[in-house]
Amino acid sequence: MTEPRCGFARFLHASTYCLPLVAATTFAQSPTNIFDPAGTPARDIFGLSMLVLSITLVIFLIVAGLLLYALIRFRHRSTDSDREPAQIYGSNQIELSWTVIPILIVVTLFLTTTRVILGTEAIPKPASAMDVTVIGHQFWWEYNYPKLGVVTANELHVPISDPATPTPTYLTMSSADVDHSFWIPRLAGKTDLLPNRINTMWIDPQATGLYLGQCAQYCGTQHAKMLLRVYAQTPQEFAAWIEQQKKPAQQEFPGNPAATEGQSVFMKNACINCHTVKGTVATGRFGPDLTHLASRDTIASGPIQNTPENLRKWVEDPNSMKPGSLMPSMHLDDHDLDVITAYLSQLH
Amino acid sequence: MTTTPVLEAIDETLETQGKPPVNVIYEWLTTVDHKKIGLMYIVYALIFLVVAGFEAILMRIQLAIPNNHFVSPQVFNQLFTMHGTTMVFFMGMPILFGMGNYLVPLMIGARDMAFPRLNAFSFWISAFAGILLYFSYFGASGLYAAGSAPDVGWFAYAPLTSKVFSPGHSTDYWTLAVFLSGVGSIGTALNIVTTIICMRCKGMKMSRMPLLPWLYLVMSGLVFVAVSPLTAAQVMLTLDRYLGAHFFDTQAGGSAILWMHFFWIFGHPEVYVLVLPAFAFANEVIPVFSRKAMFGYPAMVAASVAIGFISLSVWAHHMFTVGMGPAGNTFFVFATMVISVPTGIKIFNWLATIWGGKIIFAVPMMFMVGFLFQFLIAGLTGIMLSAAPFDWQLSASYFVVAHFHYVLVGAIVFSLFGAFYYWYPKVTGKMMSDTLGKWHFWLFLIGFHLTFDFMHVPGLLGMPRRIYTYEAGRGWDTLNFIVGVGAIFQAAGTLVLVYNMIHSYYKGKEAGHDPWDAWTLEWSVPSPPPSYNFAIEPTVNSRRPLWDLKHPEDPDSDYE
Repeated sequence: MTEPRCGFARFLHASTYCLPLVAATTFAQSPTNIFDPAGTPARDIFGLSMLVLSITLVIFLIVAGLLLYALIRFRHRSTDSDREPAQIYGSNQIELSWTVIPILIVVTLFLTTTRVILGTEAIPKPASAMDVTVIGHQFWWEYNYPKLGVVTANELHVPISDPATPTPTYLTMSSADVDHSFWIPRLAGKTDLLPNRINTMWIDPQATGLYLGQCAQYCGTQHAKMLLRVYAQTPQEFAAWIEQQKKPAQQEFPGNPAATEGQSVFMKNACINCHTVKGTVATGRFGPDLTHLASRDTIASGPIQNTPENLRKWVEDPNSMKPGSLMPSMHLDDHDLDVITAYLSQLH
Repeated sequence: MTTTPVLEAIDETLETQGKPPVNVIYEWLTTVDHKKIGLMYIVYALIFLVVAGFEAILMRIQLAIPNNHFVSPQVFNQLFTMHGTTMVFFMGMPILFGMGNYLVPLMIGARDMAFPRLNAFSFWISAFAGILLYFSYFGASGLYAAGSAPDVGWFAYAPLTSKVFSPGHSTDYWTLAVFLSGVGSIGTALNIVTTIICMRCKGMKMSRMPLLPWLYLVMSGLVFVAVSPLTAAQVMLTLDRYLGAHFFDTQAGGSAILWMHFFWIFGHPEVYVLVLPAFAFANEVIPVFSRKAMFGYPAMVAASVAIGFISLSVWAHHMFTVGMGPAGNTFFVFATMVISVPTGIKIFNWLATIWGGKIIFAVPMMFMVGFLFQFLIAGLTGIMLSAAPFDWQLSASYFVVAHFHYVLVGAIVFSLFGAFYYWYPKVTGKMMSDTLGKWHFWLFLIGFHLTFDFMHVPGLLGMPRRIYTYEAGRGWDTLNFIVGVGAIFQAAGTLVLVYNMIHSYYKGKEAGHDPWDAWTLEWSVPSPPPSYNFAIEPTVNSRRPLWDLKHPEDPDSDYE
């Protein structure tokens, strides 16, 4: 191929090489790429999508090719005669053929799709499955491990499921207020969480790591920052995490008077109406369970790193960090903010 | 066409030129002429197109870079609610009703709509509904507390719309505006159906009617069955909010899914309510600029009617993620996939129409070519979304946003713009500027593809819709920036169109009664048509009466 001369042609020439490269990098870098499945439901969907994409691509190439050919071949030229072209009113055979062939394609596609639907929604739950109850809230996630006696928020920990000993996690989901939707693109498609209704879905991450996602159903002001984090761990790591989470919250803070004072400030304020700290008088259910807050990487359901500075800013005025958050500012003075931060930072 | 002295006298009486302006305004406010009402619909819809387009630009600026603080989340949520509601109810429906109002009586050889005063009522109530929606910016929290527009999304899912989660009056403005626009739509649909059934000219059997009235007939039928449940749902929601009913109030045991069913039983046929007129315009423009008869007229009619019926049984493909279970999901997968068959027939018949023709790439045809390619892609992404498991990934993601904007902008708006350039000479008697038309086309085409091609990808990379911001590092940044640039190109193209329409009205070339050498009845009357349309009621023998006149040696009627 010879190098094109003019600037625009050279630009086009370069883009034909650059575009796939740019596309490949974009896809490779995204932690929420649906084409990079890491669990069975997502992998089944990936297989189906490749089939659907190839069928539609072939149809596109054929039809667009014919259209383009017709538009070029039959365009009016200045040398043409003034006569109108031959008038053709239709042809039963041709029209029948482009009715029957699409029907055959539709039937093929329908049967394949049905197989994937049944494979995800209608297979029996294995005995080794783990149960988690997920409740959607404006604007955070509540996770309950009913058989293990653990309640946590915003960061879901699950064991990996290797094909030899499958341990899928079954999520039983509902909503405490409005509609939400649970979507971790690399693990499975989304399922809605609706009030007055229980939905189920399952995930089985097959490699350890952090899987990201976020709420996919518009749920009010802060829909955008209702992020999802799933930590897939080895069975040993997961067991250790469960052991830690089962313990009640730390009550004594020897050598840390700030934390001790912070604890009493916390217990004397309205914090306890909304938050639970296991083993204390704080038993509120409206906000996230804080028993092991310090063991989490993030606060506010994902968007903010869990550092003492951020925690302090958050308690001071949640709406400055996440406008629309339903946690009010308690108008604490600087001293109270300092000690509460010291206390919360100790809740491992 | 000859005119009798009596009709000339009527003509003079009805002539508005040279009268004092106050009389002209009075004339428009009180008119029952289908053409004037049609034009008012179009002008009103174009104003809302600019408003809702402006809202879209603000959203794209906000999303162009990650962690942007251009608008607050509250304002962003109002923007996408108002953008969607406006585009569907106060731009899409009115502009298509306006085109139908203008064209249907002319194309079937009638002097007006069946119920001219109902027609005026329908227009004014729809116009009032649009104004009411925007008045919420000032009135929803008391007259002087501005900035409380609806923020529950154009789909207004329960229970976010209940008093608990949406206090204040903004949602009530939304409910009332949509309700009133529904009343107007049902009135117009009734009018169009009656006009088409009862007022066709002599010789125009249903099987000889041009495709445009055919498609408006199917569209109006869909409006009845689709808009009525929506209207009922608005009443139920209002009862929930004000009289303590519990249809959708989940805090008291109501059902969130009930609202979804009501909404999508309207919402899906609505897509076809909007797209059938777009097919109608393509059906008129493509043959004329290919210089060929429409290929497979009976199949085109059958496909349109089939689309109308099937579209009523696909609504729950918007609900693949709500947990309907495998039986419900597979039914709606099948119904949705089947609709691609009649749609495919249409595309192939358009292809066969241009095949062997003598294609003239005037501006209307350029827009129709854009329509054909973009509608093809929209249909194919539609098939992808119909495969429920794939939809579990893609629903409520930016892929869906890209898909339906391909339908609504790539197909409907392109076809509509083509129709503007095609019928403008009939409406005003002036040709639109060709140069400006080409500027409009290319700006809009480039903008459209920059925006909506690139919008598919963030969806595949996990970007949900209706989020006001996002963090960097998800691979969404560059794509959203390109999308934002495209939106600005589209806005520029639309402004060129508006300028062209105004400029050509005063400075355009005289059009004459048949500038495109076309074949249907509206081109047999002067441009602009007199208020009684036809001096003598026409008689037709075929689907293309003017072709028969121009080609007496080879009339259409021999082939039907």
